[in-house]
Amino acid sequence: MGLVSGALGKLRSGLSRTRKVFAGKLRSVLMGRALDEGLIRELEATLIGSDVGVQTTTRLIARVREGHKDGTLTRGDDVIEVLRAELKSLWPEADRSLNMAPDGAGPTVILVTGVNGAGKTTSIAKLCKMLTDDGHRVLVGACDTFRAGAVRQLEIWAERLGVEIVKGQEGGDPAAVAFDACAAAKSRGVDVVILDTAGRLHTQDPLMRQLEKIYKVVGKQIEGGPHEVLLVLDATSGQNALRQAEQFTAAARVTGIFLAKLDGTAKGGVVVAIRDQLGLPVKFIGVGETPDDVQPFDPAAFIDALFDVSVESD
Amino acid sequence: MFGRLSDGFGKALRKLSGKGTLSEANIREAMDDVRTALLEADVQFDLVNEFCEQVTQDALGTEVLKSLEPGEQMIGIVHRRLVEFLGGEPDEQGRATAPPPEIMALSPGPTIVMMCGLQGSGKTTTCGKLAAYLKKRGRSVMLAAADLQRPAAVEQLEIVARRVNDEAPGGSQVHFYGEPDKCDEYGKAVGVAVQVCRNALNAARKQGVDVLILDTAGRLHVNDDLMGELQQVNRALTPQHIFLIVDAMTGQDAVTSAKAFHERLEVDGVILTKFDSDTRGGAAISVKKVTGAPIKFIGVGEKWDALEEFHPERMAGRILGMGDVVSLVEKASEEVSEEEALALEAKMAKGEMTMEDFVKQLRTLRRMGPLKQVLGLLPGLGSALEGAQIDDKQLDHVEAMIGSMTKAERRSPGIITMSRRKRIARGSGRSLDEVGKLVKQFETINKLTKTMAGMSAKQKVAAVKEMGGAGGVVPGMPMMRSKGSTKSTSGRGFKSRKKRR
Repeated sequence: MGLVSGALGKLRSGLSRTRKVFAGKLRSVLMGRALDEGLIRELEATLIGSDVGVQTTTRLIARVREGHKDGTLTRGDDVIEVLRAELKSLWPEADRSLNMAPDGAGPTVILVTGVNGAGKTTSIAKLCKMLTDDGHRVLVGACDTFRAGAVRQLEIWAERLGVEIVKGQEGGDPAAVAFDACAAAKSRGVDVVILDTAGRLHTQDPLMRQLEKIYKVVGKQIEGGPHEVLLVLDATSGQNALRQAEQFTAAARVTGIFLAKLDGTAKGGVVVAIRDQLGLPVKFIGVGETPDDVQPFDPAAFIDALFDVSVESD
Repeated sequence: MFGRLSDGFGKALRKLSGKGTLSEANIREAMDDVRTALLEADVQFDLVNEFCEQVTQDALGTEVLKSLEPGEQMIGIVHRRLVEFLGGEPDEQGRATAPPPEIMALSPGPTIVMMCGLQGSGKTTTCGKLAAYLKKRGRSVMLAAADLQRPAAVEQLEIVARRVNDEAPGGSQVHFYGEPDKCDEYGKAVGVAVQVCRNALNAARKQGVDVLILDTAGRLHVNDDLMGELQQVNRALTPQHIFLIVDAMTGQDAVTSAKAFHERLEVDGVILTKFDSDTRGGAAISVKKVTGAPIKFIGVGEKWDALEEFHPERMAGRILGMGDVVSLVEKASEEVSEEEALALEAKMAKGEMTMEDFVKQLRTLRRMGPLKQVLGLLPGLGSALEGAQIDDKQLDHVEAMIGSMTKAERRSPGIITMSRRKRIARGSGRSLDEVGKLVKQFETINKLTKTMAGMSAKQKVAAVKEMGGAGGVVPGMPMMRSKGSTKSTSGRGFKSRKKRR
């Protein structure tokens, strides 16, 4: 129990800015006020301002308006409950833990991808920390052979965290590095391989094809791999994150989202839009700069952290 | 870029242009579409309302209601307001413009430029691009690594500096200054980064470089300590320019963070990065309006020269689907050398363009960016392209078919008989029909260019129009037929510019 509340507390402190702006504003908008058209408009502004997106906001607002019409919703306080229930229903009891290779069929391969500057390498450091703490033997493959210093950046993290690394030449073929990393992991009996890839904009066709190739190469080397394809999304990104999720899924079947940098004033609303429109689960959230600053995504806690007044103890 | 934003504008304005007369009601209805388009583009919520309200007022206050071409009038109004939101100011003729970006030249140097921004916004890459920009203009640069926090950031900048020095055009030198061993001290002692910057300035003075660019660590605007560090550097070195680097894909938060940086540092310019994504670029509209700091440059790709000067009026044109011919011509002249263009023009005049020349041209066109993006720069095509499936794969197919031809066939496609056609189809994995069409369209184009060689520009346009469906932008791309004139006009456009030079 201590562990759980500790994790929750950390999630909330990481989300504190989010909560202040999003829920704080939502609450100040909604609490203790009678529900009318003016309030609904304010609610719409708040949701849009939190990057929830026009489409999802429109849907949520329609739900509230309906309740207002048929008289089931009369106070702002009721709306908070409705919104919470609506959002919670978006995150069913789907498995949000990492997809691992079946026993004996390992190693598990995690392919990490995303646009430039989303926070891939830092997020990988966090994954490494989490997995090694869990007793796994981890190997990272430095497939970002493009950006200057990227391999070195990952190498520094690998040294600090005590995980193995396979790297290629700068400017070399990233798929070849992926291949080597998987081969090395198999022969060394490593549990989990994490592949770092170069940041790419989802509009750059050749680079997306390269990603497709990496994906296929891994599958040839390790049956069923990659078992997990994590798309790292910057929590400050706006509606474009939806397009990213779509395009990356097309190239390398994304299985989950790592929402990075959720520690600014970013409102995290884009997560709602992504779940609503694409059905992709968020698996982890990055809430700080050290390798410890990672949390499994817990929708209930996330939403409570956004809305709940009573749980607020810190 | 801006694709869907301009779609939204296009939809709204088409609604109006079809109408004979305008009423307040249908202006407001059209503005609803504009509003949604802006919100989906991540333009800040309050700004969206402000923009729509202003445009509505402008429209109601002018003669639009009685005008014969209300749609055109509306576009004018929206365009003017957009330019204003993007940072342009009305000149004497009432047209909104903005001065081109300028990096001061102090004497004695160096001019100091400080780069700051959130993590992952693209500071280090932009440092390299800015260095390349300056190098091209004959100014020597020193890149100083003031990011002691992110692992390997110092090494990254060192590599960037070396590459720009070796690879980017221009006669001047790009130097590097960094103290990688200071990284261990960082975080334990106060003011390490400030000291590194001071040392960099001394080194820059000694070397006599023109511009010193400081690459600072990425930081959150809510991190007091790190924001304080930036202020210290600012006080110690008093840089002439402080650029804030903003990711163009940022959501509603763009404004919050830009504001926070601006309040602490008096940012004097913004550089928007990752503009080559399909972001609808709302940040571009929000940032200037809220912070007052003008957008100076936009980053549009991975290459060193992928840093464009920001022009509010051109950008507004792109957003509205009015095209941006100026940028198109600039892009083309970057990709095609004058000799190449002249040689090809001579060949075309004789109707002797070969498939080889054609493939070369095709590849040049593709280097300029995705076809849809390039064509979108042409006036009138922005909204016409809406929904059109311009699949760059079609171009792959054309290349594949030509690749499956023998050298002789490429030089004189006339010899392609049925059996040759079959072989080409098999070799490229395309259908017989497609190969046939490609050859036929190619020959039509060759004939056309030959006839056109002696014509005036006006006659040329007429000739292309007459040809109608026969040509197409690219032979083998049937769906582009309706826009038969685009290829020829764009092609002639940049070539004739070449001649003028």
